[in-house]
Amino acid sequence: MYPARFDYDAPTTLDEALAVLAERGDEARVLAGGQSLIPMMKLRLATPAALVDINRLPGLDHIDEVDGQLRFGALVRHNAIVASALVRDRNAVMAAAAPWIADPLVRNLGTIGGSLAHADPEGDWASVMLACRGEVVATSAGGERVIPVSELITDMFTTSLQPGEILTEVRVPIASRPSGGAYLKLERKVGDYATVAVATRFELDGDGRIADAGIALTSVAPINVQATEAEQALIGESPSDELFAEAAERAAQAANPRSDVRGSAEYKRQVVRVYVRRGLARCHELAAA
Amino acid sequence: MEITVTINGAADTYDVEPWVLLADFIRTRAGLTGTHIGCDTTSCGVCTVLLDGKPVKSCTLFAVQADGRAVTTVEGLAQNGELDPIQQAFKECHGLQCGFCTPAMMLVSRALLDANPDPSEDDIRWAISGNLCRCTGYVNIVKAVRQAAGAGATEGD
Repeated sequence: MYPARFDYDAPTTLDEALAVLAERGDEARVLAGGQSLIPMMKLRLATPAALVDINRLPGLDHIDEVDGQLRFGALVRHNAIVASALVRDRNAVMAAAAPWIADPLVRNLGTIGGSLAHADPEGDWASVMLACRGEVVATSAGGERVIPVSELITDMFTTSLQPGEILTEVRVPIASRPSGGAYLKLERKVGDYATVAVATRFELDGDGRIADAGIALTSVAPINVQATEAEQALIGESPSDELFAEAAERAAQAANPRSDVRGSAEYKRQVVRVYVRRGLARCHELAAA
Repeated sequence: MEITVTINGAADTYDVEPWVLLADFIRTRAGLTGTHIGCDTTSCGVCTVLLDGKPVKSCTLFAVQADGRAVTTVEGLAQNGELDPIQQAFKECHGLQCGFCTPAMMLVSRALLDANPDPSEDDIRWAISGNLCRCTGYVNIVKAVRQAAGAGATEGD
């Protein structure tokens, strides 16, 4: 299968890339790892008139700790996150999610920035970022702006990025208190989209009560879902099985799954219930360790 | 547009349209038909090549993206008429039946052994998890990779 014709640019500086994007407006798409965009182009679901390949831009493949945040260049490949000792040490949700993204071959090319900009509701990173309160940096010829991931993803395959902007960095706060995180994903086979996946995270205060919490759901709505009411159920409470069950029930109510080949809506809702409970129990283990 | 790609150690310059996929480029322009095309939808992994040593799906990459980079296909595994240990082990362990997925399986395995010379069975199964084989049930493929790693084909049988 061949995609429709397009003009191709592979600039070697960010300014050059931004200039091409500014000129071509919304008929241009940014090519990062290409592991979602190229299949969509081959199926003619996407027919951009111009591709701006950012793979030759310098300085977009870093994983750094800066000002209490993990910072990822937009071109950091999923497998670089799998291999990162810094991520393993600083963010349990990301460390748990990375090995379950797509398959090993896709992980060698696919990027965290591209995944978030693509905004597939079945994508894993957006849920991880919602649970972890991640942000992205959008760069345009006019400068930079920081967008919380909760405001980045506006609809299925739709973001608040403007024509002319490139998502250049992903920023994730590092917990300063005892914390734990998990990402549990049910998939039929390696490389399939999640039937359901659940990101969970919390931090404990000095009294062992939950001071901050994040819960987000993948593949159960037309958009990744932040389960706000489930998060609120946890705040100020001491971790317990009963508390986790209450949060899990609220998360299940926040899910709006569709019946499809991967399972019935009621089955998926039940998986949310079970995975939120298990994920929070895993958070508790890690936070207490 | 003009690109220079090093395929199996030999650099050459080609004029290609940007929308030509690397898999098609390798088969039709470089004439190396050991790289197969299966699903053509980023699912089966049968089009795997090594790009700068890392296994990727060549159906999900444009040839122009390989400009200035090194591509290894199955034809690049044997050196000076000698099979790569991976090829020898696939042959001896009967790690193939129809052979359609075999070039990809061997390249993924080569990359695994380059990164991890003594992989466990779990490591091997994890490494080949993006590659479908519809004949073997994977048992002899795993056995072949273990043999190539020098881990011994009989252990755990």
